[in-house]
Amino acid sequence: MNIVKEFSVGTPIEVTLPPVSRLDLIKYAGASGDFNPIHTIDEEASKAGLPGIIAHGMWTMGNLAKLFTPYYEEVFLEDYSVAFKGMVFLGDVLTLKASLVSIQNDRYHFDVAAVNQKNESVVKGSAILKRY
Amino acid sequence: MFESLMGTRSTPVKNIVERGSLKAFSKAIGDESPIYLDESVGKRSKYGCNIAPPTYPRVFDYGEIQGFHLPNVGLIHGKQSFHYERPLLVGETVMCSTSLEDYYERNGKSGLLGFLILKRYGEEPEGKLIFTEEQVVIITEAVREGMSS
Repeated sequence: MNIVKEFSVGTPIEVTLPPVSRLDLIKYAGASGDFNPIHTIDEEASKAGLPGIIAHGMWTMGNLAKLFTPYYEEVFLEDYSVAFKGMVFLGDVLTLKASLVSIQNDRYHFDVAAVNQKNESVVKGSAILKRY
Repeated sequence: MFESLMGTRSTPVKNIVERGSLKAFSKAIGDESPIYLDESVGKRSKYGCNIAPPTYPRVFDYGEIQGFHLPNVGLIHGKQSFHYERPLLVGETVMCSTSLEDYYERNGKSGLLGFLILKRYGEEPEGKLIFTEEQVVIITEAVREGMSS
């Protein structure tokens, strides 16, 4: 477990993920129950007019939240909200980012984003951690 | 479109935060923290047991809003938010339901887009709120035409 004292405004927490693989998405489909075939089957993706299969938005959102997991002994994620800005394709390399914007009483306000290798934000939003 | 269904809530469905499902989910999002998976770490934690990752409610069954049917292809997940009163605990029972909050249309690059706002609720069996979820689903013109024909 990490401690909340490590948080400071303007110092982002960052993690870069391995390139997105088909197996990542098959696992997420199975674990989440979201079997929309545009996430796993090439033919279905092209039928839908996509250049290839795309990651579940919720896969990226789920990954992004892990930046906060080490702190759950002192805080919990009270609010977490994102917009899905761009599609994530196989082989994309995502960097997950969270930066502390402000501390208001017992709440830590963060901006969060998942950015691809072209520096485009594919997921962007905010999170509030509430201290116990 | 959907006006008559606005505000109608589905009958709550009983769900359980199952350890096996939680493990598969944690692996799938690359978040295999001991706070989710290691029983002894859970026991020693402030929760007294393991907790679930914040986006885990994706796996729950929320029931169906009567008369509300969406195609499962051609929809775009635009936005997603979660609000928690407290984390979800492993093994607990969660009563889940959903309602249609709003629907509106806007002009987009690919024609007239429909925006559906769906809300989801997770409550203790006694009715106390644990979390709410809100999603914005975008329906493209092509899909909407298919629905009304």
